[in-house]
Amino acid sequence: MTTDAWRAAGRRPGGAGGTGAMVPAKVRLGAAMGVLVTVVAAVIVLPMVAADTDPGAVDYDTVLLPPGPGHLFGTDDGGRDVLIRVALGARVSLVVAVVCALVATVLGTLVGAVAGAAGGLVDAVAMRLVDGVNAVPHLLLGILIVALYRGSLLAVIASIALTHWTTVARIARAQVLSLRTRPYVDAAISGGASRWTVLTRHLLPAVLPQSALAATLLLPHAVWHETALSFLGLGMPPHLPSLGTMVSDSRDDVLLGAWWTIAAPAGVLVAVTLAVAGLAGWWRDRLVPRRRSELVL
Amino acid sequence: MRLRALRRMALVRLAVAVPLLLAVSAVVFLLGAASPFDPIYQYYGTRIFTAAEADVARTREALGLDEPVWRQYLDWLHGAITGDWGISRTFGQPVAEVVAQRLPWTLLLAGAGLALAVLIALALGIITAWRPGGWVDRAVVAVAHSLEGLPTFLLGLGAIAAFAVALPLLPAGGVSDGTGQGGVAATLRHLALPALVLAVAQLPWLILTLRQQLLVSLADDHVTAARARGLPERTVVLRHGLPVALLPFVTTVGTRLPELVTGVVLVEEVFSWPGVAEAMVKAGLSVDYPLLVALTLLATAAVLAGNLLADMAVVLLDPRTVRR
Repeated sequence: MTTDAWRAAGRRPGGAGGTGAMVPAKVRLGAAMGVLVTVVAAVIVLPMVAADTDPGAVDYDTVLLPPGPGHLFGTDDGGRDVLIRVALGARVSLVVAVVCALVATVLGTLVGAVAGAAGGLVDAVAMRLVDGVNAVPHLLLGILIVALYRGSLLAVIASIALTHWTTVARIARAQVLSLRTRPYVDAAISGGASRWTVLTRHLLPAVLPQSALAATLLLPHAVWHETALSFLGLGMPPHLPSLGTMVSDSRDDVLLGAWWTIAAPAGVLVAVTLAVAGLAGWWRDRLVPRRRSELVL
Repeated sequence: MRLRALRRMALVRLAVAVPLLLAVSAVVFLLGAASPFDPIYQYYGTRIFTAAEADVARTREALGLDEPVWRQYLDWLHGAITGDWGISRTFGQPVAEVVAQRLPWTLLLAGAGLALAVLIALALGIITAWRPGGWVDRAVVAVAHSLEGLPTFLLGLGAIAAFAVALPLLPAGGVSDGTGQGGVAATLRHLALPALVLAVAQLPWLILTLRQQLLVSLADDHVTAARARGLPERTVVLRHGLPVALLPFVTTVGTRLPELVTGVVLVEEVFSWPGVAEAMVKAGLSVDYPLLVALTLLATAAVLAGNLLADMAVVLLDPRTVRR
């Protein structure tokens, strides 16, 4: 997408402004923030409220109760409260996603910035590496890593982080390439600054806003990836059930008419990913209003 | 002229693909060697608990597992090149047989899903870009943005709940009724839901790209000129606007191929589709190493081949790319 595209799009009546036409940006931002604050608050508060009861304890007197006053989201096939379990699952999914997005962003920023600053052979090797990682479908590489290191939280995080740093690396590299020709960088070099100083003092700080944005854009992707792995039975270890594990476990409940055991984790999953994506989109539009499509992950 | 360009492109890509596949296989092999997973357990299964230690050591030697990693890798590579990909423990068959039996089903599903996605994206992309800001446009764009955030496996489960359980129109999984009768019609009925889910999962990116590109090309001077000559709107959009917008669209289809593979994995799992992607999940669950390696390489090769096809299509569609 070029800047011409946006100008051309803006010329037409109605424009090409995405979903903005239906709901004002402020309302969408407010909704996204509201969902996130509610979920994060629930994830922190609910397990504390229920600290005296064991969320994993099975109680066959309360199996598959529909949503009601005692259990707001009902109970699952082990008689456990779905609301508490979803809160715990969302916590696992969110923490894993945040860690993955951070690791992938740091790795990608470093590789991209060094490649862009060094140029030449280093750049060529780094970019071929990016191409190579991109050629292997991410979920398959994830399945492979998680299968070989079964039941390890670190394997899940590594499998997501190691497959998602490439986008950040591309963005960071492009940013450094365009910054390298700026007068203030020339000034630093002619002033006798070493390569290391130029990179850490002059180039990296200017890349950081883009990287932070990339991390936010990666977040829903990481949630999605972790839940997909968990759904396939190859994700989180059994003592740390995530939203994906819960969806996978409750697939068969639907046939018994118990829709709530799958609707609750699925609903939270969709709400969180959409809210984070909405927030990231708003930020992206603010940071780079004209060239946003390059950042779509 | 174009044929020569195509041939050169294919040769260059092949020259890149071979070392890349070698590198991927080496990395996968190192990952396996560094992991706590020990292939001797795979060979013995539960019998490892009762086997004598001397026997285990002898088997280890016979299988070449006591050799250095590079030696094992070269042995595996030699086998892979000569068509011996090892034995899959999960299926109790040679890996090559598993792939040969299951690949046609995956190709059928992926092909049908991709074809559906492209057709629907073409139709909706043209409609939305033709009347931007209209109610169809706003509805399609809003739904597309929402679908971007919906995991494929939820989409699949939702489709089963809606069209197989609530409204029992289509089967919820598998590829036949189990009676062996019904032939092509039964297969098509079983294909409909998974292929549609796979298509819908890829649609947002395709529709939004095509719509954006079409908005640009419809504002081009040559389209204005076509309108000024009084050509019918149909001709203006389909013959003057669309061809320009199709090039980036084809490239997008190419770059989305890894996501298509991901979608196939999830859709096959949800719909119990007997393809290679379902085998990948089964292999992952039981650490069926030879099958995992083979399928990872197969998927990588498929993505590379798909990218090549997409780029070749761009060359065929756009005479300007030849001159470079």
